[in-house]
Amino acid sequence: MSISPEQAQAYWKENLRIIVSYLSVWFVVSYGCGILFADQLDAIQFFGFPLGFWFGQQGSIFVFVILIWMYVSSMNKLDEKYDVHE
Amino acid sequence: MSLDLLTYLFIGGSFALYIGIAIWARAGSTKEFYVAGGGVPPIANGMATAADWMSAASFISLAGLISFIGRDGSAYLMGWTGGYVLLALLLAPYLRKFGKFTVPDFVGDRYGSNLARTIAVVCTIVISFTYVAGQMRGVGIVFSRYLHVDINTGVVVGMAIVFFYAVLGGMKGITYTQVAQYCVLILAFTVPAFFLSAQITGHFLPQLGLGATLESGQSVLATLDQLSIDLGFSQYTAGKKSTVDIFFLTVALMCGTAGLPHVIVRFFTVPRVKDARTTGGWALIFIALLYTAVPGVAGFGRVNLIQEVNGPDNAGTAYAEMPGWFKNWENAGLLAWNDRNGDGKVQYAAGAAFDGAKGKPAFIEERGEEGQRMTSNAKTDASFDASKQPFANEVYVDRDIMVLANPEIANLPAWVIALVAAGAVAAALSTAAGLLLVISTAISHDLMKKTINPNISDKQELMYARLAAIVAICIAGYFGINPPGFVAQVVALAFGIACASVFPTLMLGIFYKRMNTQGAIAGMLVGLISTVGYMWYFVFGGGSSADYFMGISPGGFGTVGMILHFIVAVVVAQVTPPPSEEMQSIVEDLRIPRGAGTAHAH
Repeated sequence: MSISPEQAQAYWKENLRIIVSYLSVWFVVSYGCGILFADQLDAIQFFGFPLGFWFGQQGSIFVFVILIWMYVSSMNKLDEKYDVHE
Repeated sequence: MSLDLLTYLFIGGSFALYIGIAIWARAGSTKEFYVAGGGVPPIANGMATAADWMSAASFISLAGLISFIGRDGSAYLMGWTGGYVLLALLLAPYLRKFGKFTVPDFVGDRYGSNLARTIAVVCTIVISFTYVAGQMRGVGIVFSRYLHVDINTGVVVGMAIVFFYAVLGGMKGITYTQVAQYCVLILAFTVPAFFLSAQITGHFLPQLGLGATLESGQSVLATLDQLSIDLGFSQYTAGKKSTVDIFFLTVALMCGTAGLPHVIVRFFTVPRVKDARTTGGWALIFIALLYTAVPGVAGFGRVNLIQEVNGPDNAGTAYAEMPGWFKNWENAGLLAWNDRNGDGKVQYAAGAAFDGAKGKPAFIEERGEEGQRMTSNAKTDASFDASKQPFANEVYVDRDIMVLANPEIANLPAWVIALVAAGAVAAALSTAAGLLLVISTAISHDLMKKTINPNISDKQELMYARLAAIVAICIAGYFGINPPGFVAQVVALAFGIACASVFPTLMLGIFYKRMNTQGAIAGMLVGLISTVGYMWYFVFGGGSSADYFMGISPGGFGTVGMILHFIVAVVVAQVTPPPSEEMQSIVEDLRIPRGAGTAHAH
């Protein structure tokens, strides 16, 4: 373990920032579009679906998959930046 | 070739494959038994995780459930997939770095307390057993319908197969069998979904098909809405539950998913922290393949069911003219007809088809004039609102048959039906095996080795693990043969406990360095007791839905329990001494990925 305590602190901070930003998208898409504002979104038709219904039953799942992969790539970059990768 | 022969061939062939893999991947050490030696590649692990996760409930029940509740099913679709985002971002990489075999292991070591470990063991065992009961029932249903054997025989056969590869192969055997099981189950789900979608809408992908326009010029969803309203159901795309309730239910399912021990343990089997993150990504892709097809299957299934039963003029079909699938499922006891108006026609609409016994048919040996199965339910004239529906409902449909009956209703080739049967069995067995492993590990490793007798050798520990697996299989088999009448509530309980107890304690252990033994124990107990107490009161204690706290149904109360857990744990930790310097530096260390390679060996 060669990383200094300050470096470790900085790494952790950036890590938290990444997590918070992805989780905000996660929240907005699932709870926002799929539940809280679904009724308003239903007024919009999307490929034959009411949009709120689509987010609740399909759209959010696609977004979840994309989110995890973006997170994986962000973290891989961060690990290299701080030289903590394996 | 007849359907029976094909089904035997498909199920028999898949069993032979699983057994072959089990023999190839026998476990020699505890490390191989618990975490497959820690060397599974992420893509294989992702498939195994997906198979582990997608149980009989996902395969058989989910589409059926959504078929009947429509929009409110969103909570399950989002809850059971969104949890993986939490897992991959908040738990998996750090738990992998901590480098232990199990969830109780992490809790016990992080908080340095055997009491905390024991609470985690209890949570793990309760969650896993409640879950396993449902799997064995799934196997039973498939066997009784397709192989015309007794449900009990089906359960015993299923037990024997799981016994073979779980006890022999441990995690290593299970992981590679699950990869094969994933392939079987995903084919079995998507092939009929493609057929159905193409048949009804002309689109191959059910994801697009559900939004497509039919020959009538209406979209599938609009047609469903229209049919639902005509028959007195609530509109398919409109929810019935309150927004608050759906919100809390979704949170409980998501955090519950992230806190399920049999899912978490999967992330211990990869070589590096990086791989733990990637596993989450692969797992969710493989899960999404099935989950995004579910709404389509649910919608098409519902349209088909209504149109087949009520006929083209929407007035019902004479029982004598009902297709074979109706009678097959009636014989399996999962479908029933009650000719309320005595016109000899089968009619499907809103409301319960049978009176008393919670609307379920209580079959007797006798057959009616038309050859239908008779029941001992009270005979009363159905009251129905003639302004909303044209006739009273006469058909009882068990939701669980939707996926299995779909290909028959749509007249798909026999090999598709046989494939679906093999897929349902694969889904049930893969989940059951994963759960049994978690139970046996919790007992042999967390209880025997870590709590009761630390001096036992690796070999003895392995023996205890196998013994515990045997006992667990027998108990699971018992539940399969005598299923508790409240499976749905019991599964809600499993998610509630995982959400209120396991998930928050893991989160705090990683993200809150100051969290100490006292806080963790207080938090876990508060989460556990509040959630179990609430569910108990409303499910068994006779509480009425008018008394729900903020209108939250028992299924969503895990979220409240989780919030209480966080508050209590943090407050208690603040007023008690901080954890040791050593522990704090361990927490700092688990946040840095490098060095996980050496940590997983004890």
